[in-house]
This record gives sequence, C-alpha cells and structure tokens, in this order.
Amino acid sequence: MADFFQNIPFDLLLIQTVNGIVTGLILALVASGLTLIFGIMDVVNFAHGELFMMGAYLGVVVLATTGNFWLALVVATLLIAILGGALQILTLKPLIGRDPLNTILATFGISLILQNFALWEFGPVSRKIEEPIGAYFTLFYLQYPWYRIVIAALAVAIIGGFWLFLKYSKFGVWIRATTQDRVMAQAMGIPVPWVYTGVFAIGAAMAGASGVLFGPLGSINHTMGLDWVLKAFIVVVVGGMGNLGGSIAAAIFISLLEAYASIWVSPAQAVIVSFVVLILTLLFRPTGLFVATPK
Amino acid sequence: MNAAAANPNLLVQVEGLHTYYGKSHILDGVSLEVAPGEVVGLLGRNGVGKSTTLKSIMGLVQPTQGEVLLEGKSITGLPPHHLARLGIGYVPEDRRIFRLLTVMENLRTGLDRNGVTAERRAALLDKAFSYFPRLAERRAQAGGTLSGGEQQMLAIARAMMLEPKIILLDEPTEGLMPSMVSQIRKIIDVLHQEGVAILLVEQNVPLTLEASQRVYIMEKGCVRHHCAASDIKVDDPVIKQYLGV
Repeated sequence: MADFFQNIPFDLLLIQTVNGIVTGLILALVASGLTLIFGIMDVVNFAHGELFMMGAYLGVVVLATTGNFWLALVVATLLIAILGGALQILTLKPLIGRDPLNTILATFGISLILQNFALWEFGPVSRKIEEPIGAYFTLFYLQYPWYRIVIAALAVAIIGGFWLFLKYSKFGVWIRATTQDRVMAQAMGIPVPWVYTGVFAIGAAMAGASGVLFGPLGSINHTMGLDWVLKAFIVVVVGGMGNLGGSIAAAIFISLLEAYASIWVSPAQAVIVSFVVLILTLLFRPTGLFVATPK
Repeated sequence: MNAAAANPNLLVQVEGLHTYYGKSHILDGVSLEVAPGEVVGLLGRNGVGKSTTLKSIMGLVQPTQGEVLLEGKSITGLPPHHLARLGIGYVPEDRRIFRLLTVMENLRTGLDRNGVTAERRAALLDKAFSYFPRLAERRAQAGGTLSGGEQQMLAIARAMMLEPKIILLDEPTEGLMPSMVSQIRKIIDVLHQEGVAILLVEQNVPLTLEASQRVYIMEKGCVRHHCAASDIKVDDPVIKQYLGV
C-alpha cells in the first residue's frame, strides 16, 4: 500500500490538484445557479444544462461576429439571463403553487426543446471556441494554459460578486427574505413572483456564463449540457439542496476527488467516484455533507 | 352581493367574508370596519377565525365570498405584496421574523421600496429605534437570536417601515413577560397617537378593552357582538358568554 502511494510523483499530484480546482470552480458556477433556483423556488431545473449549452453556442455566434471573446462572454450571459427570465414567465410562473412534479416536467420539456433547437440551428457537428489567451506557463513538465487559471479566477469573481449582491443589495435582501419565508416576504411588500423571475434569470445567467467560459476547454454540441447538469445535481445534493456555500465546497471536493482518481484510472472511470460520493451522502447524510447537522 | 355600500370615509371594510381551509368553513360571513386611526379589538376564543380574518384582509388566504375594501375601493384578491404597498402592515401571531436576516435587514424588507428617500429612511429607522432601543443595540444580530419579546418588537418595527395606514396585529403579547406586555401596550398607544389604525387580535381581554376604541367579539366564524370598548367591562356577561373568562 505504501508502495502504491510512493509511486505517485509529487508533480502529478500537484497538476491534478490544479486541474481539480479549475474544473471545480466552473462546476461551482453551474451548480450555484441550480442550487439558487432550487433553494428559493423549490424548482428542480432540468433545463439548467441546456442553458449552459445555449450559453456556449451564443458565445460561438457572438465570437464569430465580433471576434472578441470577452464581449461574447458578456453578451451571451445577458442573453441567457433574458432567455431564462422569459422561460420562467412563460412556463414556471403559471405553475406556482402546483405540485412540484409539474415544474419538473416543465423544465424537462424546456431542456428537450432547447436541445433540439440547438441541433436544428447549429447541426450535429461540434463547434470549437478558440482560447482567448494563448499563453502557457510551465508547471513541471507541462505547459499549462493560463486560460484555465483565468477561468478559475473569473468563476471566483462571479460567485464572489453574486455573494456580495446577495448580502448587500436590495434585491439580495429580497431573495434571502423570500428563501426564508415567502409568505411573510409578500406581506412585507416584496413582489415574490418577480423575485422568482429574477432569481431564475440570475441562475440561467450563471449557467450561460459557465458555458462560454468552458467553451474553449471542450467541444460544443447540443448534448454538452447533460454531463454538466448531472454533475451539478450531484454537487447540489452532496452540498445540501439550496445551500450555496455547500454547493461550492462540494463542487471543488468532487472535482478534486475525480482529478486524483484519474491518476489511477481513466477520466471516464473517475466519474464513478462522484456517484460513490453521492450514494454515500444519500445513505448517511441525506441533508448534505456541507451543512450543519439538523437538530 | 353586499348589502353595505362602499364608504370611502372608512379605512377598512370587511363585508360578509367566507373563508374555507379545505372543507372546513372558518369564516362564516364576517363583517367589520375600521375607521382611519382607530384601534379596534377583535376578541374570541381560540379557533373562532380571528387570525383567519386578518389573513383574509392581508390576502394571505383567499375568501370564497365577500369583500374587503380599503378606503372605499375593493382590494379582494389582490396579492399581499400589493396590499403591503397600499398601506396594510401585518404582524403575524408567530411573528415570522426572517431568522437568518439581521435586525437591520429585517427592517430593510419594508424600507427598500420605491419612493423612499434617504431622509425618509433615516427618519423611519430613527423612529423605530427610539421606540425600541433594544433593536438599535442588536441591529447587526440575526433575527433568530433575539428573545421572544425582542422578536415581537422587531415584527412591529418591521411593519412600521411600510408607513402603513393600518397594522393588523395578531396576538402581540402572547407568551411575553409582563414587562414586555406593558411595552407592547405603550407602542399600541403611540401608534394610535400617530394616526395609524390597528386591528388588534388578542387573548388578553383587559389589555384589548383598554387599548381599543371599539371591540368585535367573534364566535364560530362570525361576529356576534360589537360595541364601544368603554361600554363593556372585563366581567360583562357578554364577555363571559363568548370568551368564558
């Protein structure tokens, strides 16, 4: 056993740590949108992965017309926010107060429509986004792309900015009040139905932004959302449904575990680790790993 | 549908309200009225529909029949957040403080509205903190960490942030120590002097008779008796009959 661990070179371990954290932060961005929407609206958003995918495609389109990646990031994020808000008004708002199954079916329907729209509009061939920053730095024997570090930093900035927004802004106070007691929030004059729309738009924007940011790291196609939403769901459950801090911790935790596991097994097999964590969490800590034990 | 006509001189008119929870008939034709600046008591045993009357006015439960008017205009069926902006403050029985929000953030839920200038904000906060100095001390503390009495103060102060025309006050002294009860009693007087109307639901009969100008006594979802608070004593047979005290 000791031999087994001694055979891992330290540099490989460090590289995998960096990889795990970078993926973890993108995943945290995807999962925060999902957990936010669940925590406030009790809506399990099955279309979240498709909003991620649509964000990536919009990134491709805007990048193709303007040639500016950062502009593409901003424009795609805003458009996905508008799309999210419109979807909420058209499909979820009329379902407020109904059985949760209704909203699950509605978001599942949206996800199918968006997937097929993407297939129809962009075709089955995967697209690519050029990395906006081509520079590399040397990490032991590897040429590590600066872009990955930049994404990680941006994900931190977006999540941090969102946290400040929640903490200090008027709308942030409204969101937190609504999460805790939506009836009393309404009685205090908070327009709860619009808070829902706003929250869905923000959650969608976070998915869209992560789609564009992730774009250069993989290939963009109409099913790319599936992998991410699956992982985001695992993260949200492990972190504690509706718990923002827990989701972020869980995203990094699971991504690190997968990164380390792929030292020994292929990355495709490393995904199994996430499911093991999910099952163990559901068995022994169903309220989530990163929440205080409920009294 | 309604016999009584809309009277714009009245602040709140409740006309023949019927409310159901599932199949149980909670309100069976409740009618009452509150004039501007008036403190009105609503008495009755547990479960006769006093809290449901307040919730129906606030739009938190939907009456199946009947009407609620604010200054002569129907507000039945409007969403609660709209009613709050129109000037109805609600202080529920269980206080319903936002437990994870600080005292200041709890107050902000009512303050962050359109049309509140910085000076107005400061004035409203000053007023609340002068009435409830304890809240000023604890403004950065989470609402859930306050004592029961402090939570009650916060619930009232929070409703005051809306600059309401009327506050629906549901059992404000329930479970409080006597010193707190007298403090709540004083606040009711202060609000009254400021011209805020109050519809007060209470189990504490002496306090209600003292604080109110008029009282309604409810039984089984209807108003059974209605009189000036000065016309009735704590040991009146009517009180005995409907409240059993």
